[in-house]
Amino acid sequence: MQASIQVTAEPRVRYVLRLADNCLMLAQRLGEWCGHAPVLEEDIALTNVALDLVGQSRALLTHAGQLEGCGHDEDQLAFLRDERDYLNLTLVELPNSPQGARTGRGDFAFTVLRNFAMATLFKLLWQRLLLSSDAELAAIAGKALKESRYHQQHSGDWVVRLGDGTAESSRRMQEALAQMWPYVAEMFENDAVDEHAQQTGLGPRWGDVRADWMAEVTGVLEAAGLEVPKATAFRSTGKVGRHSEHMGFILAEMQYLQRAFPGGVW
Amino acid sequence: MSNAQATAAEWPLWEVFIRSKAGLDHKHCGSLHASDAAMAIQLARDVYTRRQEGTSIWVVRSDQIVASDPGQKGMYFDPMEDKVYRHPTFYALPKAVDHM
Repeated sequence: MQASIQVTAEPRVRYVLRLADNCLMLAQRLGEWCGHAPVLEEDIALTNVALDLVGQSRALLTHAGQLEGCGHDEDQLAFLRDERDYLNLTLVELPNSPQGARTGRGDFAFTVLRNFAMATLFKLLWQRLLLSSDAELAAIAGKALKESRYHQQHSGDWVVRLGDGTAESSRRMQEALAQMWPYVAEMFENDAVDEHAQQTGLGPRWGDVRADWMAEVTGVLEAAGLEVPKATAFRSTGKVGRHSEHMGFILAEMQYLQRAFPGGVW
Repeated sequence: MSNAQATAAEWPLWEVFIRSKAGLDHKHCGSLHASDAAMAIQLARDVYTRRQEGTSIWVVRSDQIVASDPGQKGMYFDPMEDKVYRHPTFYALPKAVDHM
């Protein structure tokens, strides 16, 4: 079996890995919808989003490996790190249906809400990363921004349709929103990685996009007739490497092939 | 649910037309189910332009298209078979006219 790689704790590498890991883990969750979405057309649409995110994470992981300078490529970074070295928000590792995790069936309401929350975050980050002092990161942001804009429109459209739909769809959306909301706060918790990025011009502190994120998200939630849940004191800690109980399972599925067949390629 | 009820509960069908690049016309490329026009455009983007096929999309409700009657195909189209003179290729062009 292939052993894990060790990753540097250098702040600029961690900043890029955070972006990469959020794309990677959300893509993996969306991939679970392939063949299971409510209608064929949306099945293809969700998979398109997943593939956009895989593309973004590949570019970011490759770049993180170059910044690190230890010879790690995108595959090694994606598949051979230990759980604690993944820096994604807890939100994106949650199952597609947090309440029904054991049934294996996805909740479309939770899926579109999470997609909307993440697409809005990504869009706001890419916009600011266009001005990054790191030319490569700015270039990645330029390409990813168009994709995230579409993801935001597509998922936001569903949020309004279902929130403002039937009594049943509205109830399910409000429930999914209540499940998701406690995990949103983590997005905007700044730490040393954010401070370093801001000081070096690498990128914004994530907390700096909070006001814009809230304005855009609450605007759509209002249009959907959904009530914004109250803030809680709960803070998830995925982006510093302390993950939920779901992370081990999703990593086991993602990493199995590279661990069992080291260096395997298509 | 009976078949008729199941059909009634389905989203309506839309025909999708894609323009592959500026200057060319929109071509019919397929159909999809969507609850309204806005959704039809979005889903058409995801279903029919994934491989860079398009720069513009038109959608129209399938039930809004009026078609000729297949049973009248003979009466409608066969009489044109022996009227090749309607093609402009019969006319000799003056040498001065290039690139027709």
